[in-house]
Amino acid sequence: MLPEAWAVADSHRIVACDGKARSRGVRAGMSASAALALAPQLRICRRDGSAETEALLGVAAWAMQFTPNVALEFPDAALLEISGSLKLFGGLAQIVGDLREGLAAMGFTASISVAPTARAACWLVRAGKEALVTEGERIDDAVSPLPASVLRCDADTLESLEAIGAATVGDLLALPREGLARRFGQALLDDIDRARGRLPDPRTFFTPPPRFAAGIELLAEVTQAEALLFAARRLLAQLAGYLAARSSGVQRFALKLVHRDGGATEIAIGLVTPSRDAEHFTLLLRERLGSVALREPVRSIAIEAADILPLTGDNLGLFPDDTGTPGNWERLIERLRARLGTDSVHGIASRAEHRPERASADAEPGEKQMKLQFGERPFWLLDAPRPIPEVGAVPNYEGPLTLLAGPERIESGWWDDEDIARDYFVARTPAESLVWVYRERRGGGWYLHGLFA
Amino acid sequence: MIGIASHASSLPAELLSHPALWRGSELACATAPSLPTGFPGLDAELPGGGWPTGKLTEILSAHEGIGELRLLGFALAGLSAAGKRLAWIAPLHRPYAPALAAAGIDPAQMIIVRTKSERETLWAVEQALASRACGAVLAWPAAIKYAELRRLQLASETSRALAVLFRPQKTAGESSPAALRIALGTAAGGLAVHILKRRGAPLDRPVVLPAVLPATVTATTRIHNHAVDFPAPAGTPARSTAARLVAA
Repeated sequence: MLPEAWAVADSHRIVACDGKARSRGVRAGMSASAALALAPQLRICRRDGSAETEALLGVAAWAMQFTPNVALEFPDAALLEISGSLKLFGGLAQIVGDLREGLAAMGFTASISVAPTARAACWLVRAGKEALVTEGERIDDAVSPLPASVLRCDADTLESLEAIGAATVGDLLALPREGLARRFGQALLDDIDRARGRLPDPRTFFTPPPRFAAGIELLAEVTQAEALLFAARRLLAQLAGYLAARSSGVQRFALKLVHRDGGATEIAIGLVTPSRDAEHFTLLLRERLGSVALREPVRSIAIEAADILPLTGDNLGLFPDDTGTPGNWERLIERLRARLGTDSVHGIASRAEHRPERASADAEPGEKQMKLQFGERPFWLLDAPRPIPEVGAVPNYEGPLTLLAGPERIESGWWDDEDIARDYFVARTPAESLVWVYRERRGGGWYLHGLFA
Repeated sequence: MIGIASHASSLPAELLSHPALWRGSELACATAPSLPTGFPGLDAELPGGGWPTGKLTEILSAHEGIGELRLLGFALAGLSAAGKRLAWIAPLHRPYAPALAAAGIDPAQMIIVRTKSERETLWAVEQALASRACGAVLAWPAAIKYAELRRLQLASETSRALAVLFRPQKTAGESSPAALRIALGTAAGGLAVHILKRRGAPLDRPVVLPAVLPATVTATTRIHNHAVDFPAPAGTPARSTAARLVAA
């Protein structure tokens, strides 16, 4: 998609690069100048530790839909305790597949390993290995080939280990324990024991934040609102996972666009009922972005949701329903509102008010109706009464009107300076339509106010 | 195998009324459920005995206010009573809640969609039909092309909703994929319903429905003084219009 190759550097050393850069020979660990010599077009950006941590926290909050026990291994690993979730999610292969798919939807690539101890699993992914180890006896076999660097000990220790010929974890296991403890300290030995399940390895589990916020820095500035959807989708997937983990939904969320000049535009999406469906969120956002004109190119986007509401599951019917699944109605309203604007889609309700223009008001769809009694009222009310001429003492609308019923006198509203004094009549036009007209009692004159249709 | 005589009259009555048997002189047998119009004279002329669902219906009127909502009132009241939702898309005026409630159409089951362009109107109609969430979709498009009508007809087939487009009389000459096209006019003593197109044999004479006057018109002696200054609000019986629609 992008023409240039990208790499991330930390103090002039490449720590990561994309496929395009790799194809030109750039590797992690190279100096930045060497990488630029290989690929002169390479775009190098500085490593942002806080953004990495934020991404890891986001992934952890998302992963809580698979298990309530998620622990973090900074800076780049999340540990999920899944032994209790296997049955629910349909087995180990299924849960690993779901994880991979979900992470890809959020735009992450991950190494996923499974092991009976948290530390062993962590070592496997640090070494870039993907293994599914389920039996305790196989831990030693699995970790032995891993390089000693997975222990993440300091550079001096690593150098000494290399000097004594212990390049892999397996080499360390072969050494006498007392000697190892004497030379490198008990901590190293304990670490190994924890990985092998011989020492307990308690973890503090992650608690998700009470409100959702996640952002993405865009690689290139975006000038078309629709183009933001691709990046927003990843955040919406993360939002859906976060909500699933909490068995909740949101009724509104906001997409925040940060512009080149530092200003921000906020696009709020409101839902009729709480939901956590990423597909549905994406649809709503697409309709909304279609009508947004960006005043400035966008540098980064973020999605925020503050009001997290409990959302219970739906009961599924035994038979397919005529009217589709429940909730379709709310979704229809949300879709229409996302594209046409919230004010363009509304319900109506009667109000306890004598003045005809106020007796029917815009309302939220489905608003409970009051039981009110009115006189004869037309199906259609004109937005504003239309003056009609009086010819020979007879009001004229498409010809002389025949007054059929009335007058119904309505005099009301002295308290808010919009008082009216009118005599309403049901009248028939020469073309046989029934209309609702009134005569102004102050100053006279006839007006058409409604159509009986 | 039983030989069938060429004379229809010699067939047993049960066989004649069998839904799978169609004779050229008859109306097409509609398999989709239809909604009674509340007017027996009109029901008899409509395939399936009422307003078709899952198909597009067009109502063409010479001028607004001729009686197009009274015509649909019974069906809409039935749908809202059954808990079905009604979508009103791009109506020309404000639907008036007190009158709708008096006719038995629950405003709580309705949404009104206002659109700024013809494109938005068509999009909203298609969405409302495709969502399968509505019992009836009523729309007032300004100008609509054949291809767009075709699109809406296809959307209505998946919806099982009563889908009605209100169009001006002058479009009667245009061809349309709608299953039912009705033109409204006036006749002596009532509303003349011309069935321009239906599934089955065409109808050359209009169905005249008796004029349904508001209740107050028939009880002309009653005068409403409905102002707060003169506290004598004589209430009209709530069932009046609806009851008359049913009885008509």
